[in-house]
Amino acid sequence: MDITSDSHSQHISRQFNQELEELKTHLMAMGGMVEKQVQDAIAALMESDSRLAEKVRDGDAQVNDLQLQIDDECTRIFARRQPAASDLRLVLAVIRATSDLERIGDEASKIARNALSLSESSNSVRGLVEVRHISEHVRKMLRDSLTAFARFDTELAMQVIREDEFVDGEYGSAMRSLVTFMMEDSRSITSVLSVMWILRALERVGDHANNLAEHVVYLVKGLDIRHTDPNTLDQQAVPKKS
Amino acid sequence: MLASRHVDQTTQAPATHFPADQCCLNIEQFNLAYAGKLALQALTLQVPRHRVTAFIGPSGCGKSTLLRAINRLHDLNGSVTHSGSISLEGHNIHDPGINVTELRRRVGMVFQTPNPFPMSIYDNVAFGLRLQKRLAKRQRDDIIEWALTSAALWDEVKDDLHRSAWRLSGGQQQRLVIARTLAVQPDVLLLDEPASALDPISTLKIEELIRNLKSQLTLVLVTHNMQQAARVSDYTAFLQEGELVEYGPTDHVFTNPRLQRTENYITGRMA
Repeated sequence: MDITSDSHSQHISRQFNQELEELKTHLMAMGGMVEKQVQDAIAALMESDSRLAEKVRDGDAQVNDLQLQIDDECTRIFARRQPAASDLRLVLAVIRATSDLERIGDEASKIARNALSLSESSNSVRGLVEVRHISEHVRKMLRDSLTAFARFDTELAMQVIREDEFVDGEYGSAMRSLVTFMMEDSRSITSVLSVMWILRALERVGDHANNLAEHVVYLVKGLDIRHTDPNTLDQQAVPKKS
Repeated sequence: MLASRHVDQTTQAPATHFPADQCCLNIEQFNLAYAGKLALQALTLQVPRHRVTAFIGPSGCGKSTLLRAINRLHDLNGSVTHSGSISLEGHNIHDPGINVTELRRRVGMVFQTPNPFPMSIYDNVAFGLRLQKRLAKRQRDDIIEWALTSAALWDEVKDDLHRSAWRLSGGQQQRLVIARTLAVQPDVLLLDEPASALDPISTLKIEELIRNLKSQLTLVLVTHNMQQAARVSDYTAFLQEGELVEYGPTDHVFTNPRLQRTENYITGRMA
């Protein structure tokens, strides 16, 4: 049975409604924070802004704190409310989502660290076009997966899952051109390697956004589609947009 | 394994129809009315053998009425009328040829409040046996030890079987009542809120007992405690206003029920 975004506000216990509402609000706050971290990390790289890169690197601790706080709320709900059905799925999805968001935070921090080392090198950096291109897709995936979570929108979640395949393809071809740069000019190896780490981090952010989208499908439909090829998903269970 | 899990989830219609060799109770289009007022409406449901099936639902939904109908406790109430059928192991329990005493031996029942007879522990368990047939004392002693052991009470009472049953704690009394039922070797055990008057530890002992008894007989449990149904049952039936709303494997009902009405009830939402 599908659920909607307001279905967690209809319990007889108002306090339980409030607890679940707060849980969702805090998850969205964490999502917003992580989105900003990724955005700032990319901006720091593009504008060689070492101050901004340091801010992102140091901001990761706040993301971690928020994960602990939200997990703590989930533990309390399990212990005190013994949630069932869609409530159970919501709390499970939130726990899984915080883990993915925390890792996205780690990836943003990695991007910031590599941006810092690139800002110290005097040579012009190659591969930034690819980074910009992939980062735009990945940031959209992250934004959409969080929107899908907020609205319980499985259609949008499925779009994110399909987008991830595209990003993986783009990542593969970007890596190939970076290898060519290194072969052409051995002096660029250090800086190109940093760009490769950044691309790798972005690709991982895409994977975590993909996971977030899978949690949305689990939450709304009760279907666990992890480790399932998106092309083989039952059309009825998870409809594709026509 | 993985494949079947996915099939199960996507079809969202897990099997609750059992082949004849796995089906213990078969309830078909069963209606029951108190003085013309319908309490159960066209109930159709199969209870699988050697499994725990829980009936859940709000007060007055008919779950206790259904449980009582299974061992014909309504027979003495002249205002009760019924239609449709309930079959135990393929035989309609309302057939004229059915011996009601024998039916109640085969279908034991345990109620909310422990009701030991005002006699010793030993005599309580021996009560049904004595009514049933004459046995040598040695043979009777063996059955009593077996029944008390099956009910997880033997170790606590074996040193003083001739003590009054009323001196036992509430949880022990309930297990004694279960032992008394088991002594006559029933096929089915009906439990009507068996732990609602007990403390949490005694409740867990009863739940553990229910789980252990599954290998010997079929259990049907009525409970208001949703977590209890989730903990002990294999299948859960949700009843509302005398109708069966949803019936399925407990794992499914408590994680992803098919219908909104079930979801509302088990998660404590307003209808």
